[in-house]
Amino acid sequence: MSTTRISLSRRKVLLGAAAAATSPFWFNIARAQGAPIRIGFPVPLTGPFSSDAQDQVRAAEVAVKEFNDGGGFRGRMAELLVRDDKLNAGEAATRTLELVEKDKVNFVVGSLSAAVQLSVNSVTKERKIIYNSISQSDAINEVKDWSPYTFHEALNPHITAGAVGRYAFKRFGKRVAFLTADYAFGHEMVRGFQRAGKEFGVETLADVRHPLGAADYSAFLPRIQALKPDILFFCNFGRDLLNSVKQATEFGLKSNTKFVAPVLLYSARSAGGPEPFEGVIGGTSFYWRMEDTVPSAKAFNDKFRKAHGGAVPSDYGALGYGGVRTVLEAVRIAGSTDSDKVSLAMRQLKYDYYKGPQYYRGCDHQSVQSILIIESKSKNMKDKNDVFDIVASEPPDEKYLRSCAELGHKA
Amino acid sequence: MGEITLNLLLLQTIAGVALGAIFVLLAIGLSLIFGMLGVVNFAHGAFFMLGAYAGVYFYGLTGNFWFSLLLVPLTVGAVGLAVERVLVRPLYGRGLDYPLLLTFGLSYVLVEAIRIQFGVEGYQMGTPAALRGAVDIGIGHFPTYRLFLIGATAAIVLALWLFIEKTRFGLIIRAGAQDPEIVRILGIDIGRVWLLVFALGIAIAGLSGILAAPTRAVTPEMGIPVLVESFVVTVVGGMGSLAGAVVAGLLVGIVYSLTSLFAPEMAEMSIFVLMALVLLVRPQGLFGRTGVFG
Repeated sequence: MSTTRISLSRRKVLLGAAAAATSPFWFNIARAQGAPIRIGFPVPLTGPFSSDAQDQVRAAEVAVKEFNDGGGFRGRMAELLVRDDKLNAGEAATRTLELVEKDKVNFVVGSLSAAVQLSVNSVTKERKIIYNSISQSDAINEVKDWSPYTFHEALNPHITAGAVGRYAFKRFGKRVAFLTADYAFGHEMVRGFQRAGKEFGVETLADVRHPLGAADYSAFLPRIQALKPDILFFCNFGRDLLNSVKQATEFGLKSNTKFVAPVLLYSARSAGGPEPFEGVIGGTSFYWRMEDTVPSAKAFNDKFRKAHGGAVPSDYGALGYGGVRTVLEAVRIAGSTDSDKVSLAMRQLKYDYYKGPQYYRGCDHQSVQSILIIESKSKNMKDKNDVFDIVASEPPDEKYLRSCAELGHKA
Repeated sequence: MGEITLNLLLLQTIAGVALGAIFVLLAIGLSLIFGMLGVVNFAHGAFFMLGAYAGVYFYGLTGNFWFSLLLVPLTVGAVGLAVERVLVRPLYGRGLDYPLLLTFGLSYVLVEAIRIQFGVEGYQMGTPAALRGAVDIGIGHFPTYRLFLIGATAAIVLALWLFIEKTRFGLIIRAGAQDPEIVRILGIDIGRVWLLVFALGIAIAGLSGILAAPTRAVTPEMGIPVLVESFVVTVVGGMGSLAGAVVAGLLVGIVYSLTSLFAPEMAEMSIFVLMALVLLVRPQGLFGRTGVFG
């Protein structure tokens, strides 16, 4: 009897050992099922737009965490791979290529400059990777740069300049001047304003171009001062906007001229303080005080506050969140990370994640969304983040976009 | 384009003088260091940036701009003393290349150190209350602070001129620039003279940093474009010449400013065109001596 028991237990030992020997394979299978969904995120962490880029990263992290806390996609967690594109198209192309080839990302979201996003897009579209751009550009909607994998969560200069222009020309006058950063974003903004201005009979007195990243604007301001325009449009971004508004104020231009910035950044206003920006009007895709009227804004703000110690998201931050979240939601809806399936899901998405209803237009994947007109304030600030008043808003409507035909898309 | 009136031209020229003021201060430092020590200081822009950061720091600490104006050249100059004694001194007598490479590397180290310590975003330095606003100078409104900048630069240049022309130490500096051997034979420790001249040049760079800070963003990279412009000024004025630094600094500032009026896209390039023209006509610079590069 004892021998039988020993043989049984030996069999058990052998079976147990065999099972133990195969266990690494179990772990492998489990790991394969949990392969993370990688999202490449190239943004200009160094350079004049770094504070906005950092906020994009912070908000994107909120979107990734939200997705992962909700179980991810069939147990697969999302992962954000942040890279510094240094605001340089060549650097961005290299980083994006690295993300695609070496890091094997599934999707790319990002960038903060018109030229850079086109460079990223040229890499991703060739490799059939979905790219959701979170920065202003007119060119990315055009058929030349577009691809079925190109999406544009951010506004474009045409929409922005149109809305801001319509607001400003009605109220402040017809003699206008532009202080423009000499690159695609600046030029596209000016073009948008001039187009919107045609129906108001607007006269362009000057379009003064300054080099991107210029520190000192004193060489450009006396001429604008001499022209005494009704409105001065600051077609620049980030630190350029801050410096030019500050210096234009120092030159005493505010006494005769209304300052309007087509993209009035939360970060610029926070860094510059109330005085230089007093009375400046501008456009934006998102301002945190939207939470007073838009429930999804409140939900997003609360998540951001919780993750980042009570801070509120900026305009470009919100784009970082929206850009990543739409991609991840589309993965869930499509039931796959395959680019074609996700692209189809995104195209059909009707969403309200942080600012009210949005959807991607079929022909060019431009996110049709509301746009706010805000005015900077220095009095009646409820707290240090309450820097703007929302004075107007235009609802999401395709009529504010350039038509599909004009962009070169068929049908 | 709008009309170009005489008023506008004058206003633009004054804006150019304000721009040029910073170039003057930086070029003086560069010229002093090259003229005396034969060292091409590629870290000059980084010391300008250090001065701006020191200015933000002291202004934030004391709330007093004038006090900070005093502290900054002293602290940045002290850094200059250390750099000369520890880093540059061992390389004397080895030609132009070694100190050049050293200062080039030093500039990278300084920029990264500031990035690590203070972050990459940079700061805004507020204009001191007494100097805010614009003044109506008859032909238009001009920022008060920039008028102060012009005045401060003039005062510094005057003080420097008096120091170099009218004091004993200034005499030694001039003699040392002409012939270090003889000065040594006369029993003067030329090494100590070089130490102090290097520190002086660096201190002036730091001072120009805090003076420039309210007119632009204070970022770790702010010294890089400024270094290029300073070299252009030094080459146009003549390496080693202080009069040249002053004249060329103002000239470059005015050329940049006037070009911005007529063709803003060409403004950045215009200073290089100026440099090319001057080199074609007078390769040693406007006030330079021939054969100074040796």
